[in-house]
Amino acid sequence: MIPPMLRGIEFNVDMIFVTAKAWILSLLAQFLPAWLLVLASIVISGVVILCLGPVIMMYLTLLERKLLGRIQNRYGPNRVGKWGLLQPIADGIKMFTKEDIVPANADKIVHLLAPIVIVVPALMVFLVVPFGERMTAVNLNIGLLFFIAVSSITILPIFMGSWASRNKYSLLGGMRTAAQMISYEIPMTLAVVPAIMMSQSLSTNTIVLSQVGDYDLHWYIFTPWGIVGFIVFFLCATAECNRPPFDLPEAESELVAGFHTEYSGMKFALFYMAEYMNAFTLCAIAATLFLGGWQGPFLPSWLWFFGKTFLLICVMIWFRGTFPRFRVDHLMGFAWKFLLPLTLLNILLTALWQFTSNLAAWFWSILILGISLWTLVKLNRTFVPEKRHYPMGN
Amino acid sequence: MPILEMAAKFGVYAVMGVILIFALGVVTLRNLFHCALCLAAALIGIASIYVVLQAEYLAGVQILLYVGAVVTLVIFAIMLTEHLAGKTVRQNNSQSPLAIMALLGFMALIGTVIVKTPWPVTPAALASKVSVMGLGKALMGAYVFPFEVISILLIAVLVGTVIIAKKDTPERS
Repeated sequence: MIPPMLRGIEFNVDMIFVTAKAWILSLLAQFLPAWLLVLASIVISGVVILCLGPVIMMYLTLLERKLLGRIQNRYGPNRVGKWGLLQPIADGIKMFTKEDIVPANADKIVHLLAPIVIVVPALMVFLVVPFGERMTAVNLNIGLLFFIAVSSITILPIFMGSWASRNKYSLLGGMRTAAQMISYEIPMTLAVVPAIMMSQSLSTNTIVLSQVGDYDLHWYIFTPWGIVGFIVFFLCATAECNRPPFDLPEAESELVAGFHTEYSGMKFALFYMAEYMNAFTLCAIAATLFLGGWQGPFLPSWLWFFGKTFLLICVMIWFRGTFPRFRVDHLMGFAWKFLLPLTLLNILLTALWQFTSNLAAWFWSILILGISLWTLVKLNRTFVPEKRHYPMGN
Repeated sequence: MPILEMAAKFGVYAVMGVILIFALGVVTLRNLFHCALCLAAALIGIASIYVVLQAEYLAGVQILLYVGAVVTLVIFAIMLTEHLAGKTVRQNNSQSPLAIMALLGFMALIGTVIVKTPWPVTPAALASKVSVMGLGKALMGAYVFPFEVISILLIAVLVGTVIIAKKDTPERS
């Protein structure tokens, strides 16, 4: 028997989650009033996201350790369960049973609040991620702006944690985080602008829909401005979630652990969780904006989406396994002197692309990009800084 | 659905109450860092009210500019002055009675304005919704001159900042 709510929804693999939700709702409709059904619909989406975030985080840690192990020519975790699949659960139990240490001079309330607050924006941005066709939790018409705005709050809890710990390493880590995140937010936001210009919408769903074409392969990355935008966005995303080679805020060899030096047990795990969830959502948005989101031939949409996102995450892990850490002045110079001019130029290039014919546009775009890249590299060439003299040094 | 609308109404009043509590925290707490955090919380609360009033774009910009930029700048300034961050400071001084009188006068003025304005509710005003596209078209069309003036001002500020922050030529002694 097909429930009445399911008529009109086709049964296929592509729509399996949408169908499942509609089926649960139609089951509930038999003994719940209509107003409770609206709440139930919200609760289902909410519970799925609240479970998805932590589960993704748990298995990202496993994936990262496995991949890093392979990069460093070792096996990675393989003792707990088959292929170490139960390792994240063992880690979770360990985190829960650890002693929670609060420094004597710490600001108790802020110290407690920081790890709790940091998870909130990390979970909230999941709302606008289009996981598949008709699988966006809330189809906001300002989806992308919501994403950028909410992820910019992440600076505050990091500040709270670093300040409340009353530890100079924490404070240094917090200051570095603020400088880094504010700097990289600007090129990241500007790198998004071309995608908004071409799709003429801020809604993540519409941006995915505007990348439809032959074989669903009309992705923005296959245009000159798209590939520049994607590379800039991805680099900034790596910097935004403080992952290597941009991990100065928690540089182990310099600052012990940066802003979460004084955190232990589950509080530390929450910082960790927020970091991995941010890495996931940033990769998901990168896939949405430039890699066509859930568009793709043959396979179901959600499989395409998760495939693209995990591919990007693997690239992030690859970065971690291969690149050494940036120096602070290099980090700032890269954002302000290289990425920012490049994104501004990219916006102009997108406008050019919109108004000229296809073949000529390719030629001019590559010419302009080549010249500007060459100029930017020349302007940013390495130089030996002037030696500082400290009069009181001797 | 009356029950949901009722719940939304109560929710809005609860959010307003929380905003007021945080706003009081901004002006009464003894620690500057706590004040800055309260300010951030109050601003986020105001953004949520904008969302309820269906001004999502305004809410996004509010969070992006005020919480993401202004409060971060405030906290940055507090943390750079290390002695201020840990200390508790008095929030009032001998001029507070005068300030309260000025505030009461201002509130009376605003109150009379609010009461005297008829607040006309027309179907046209209810139906009109400011979209992002409409805002963009207005900025590029009717308001292009003020927009350009503001951008020139911003560029002047940026150039000025760079010149102030530029390293002076080292003086060899």
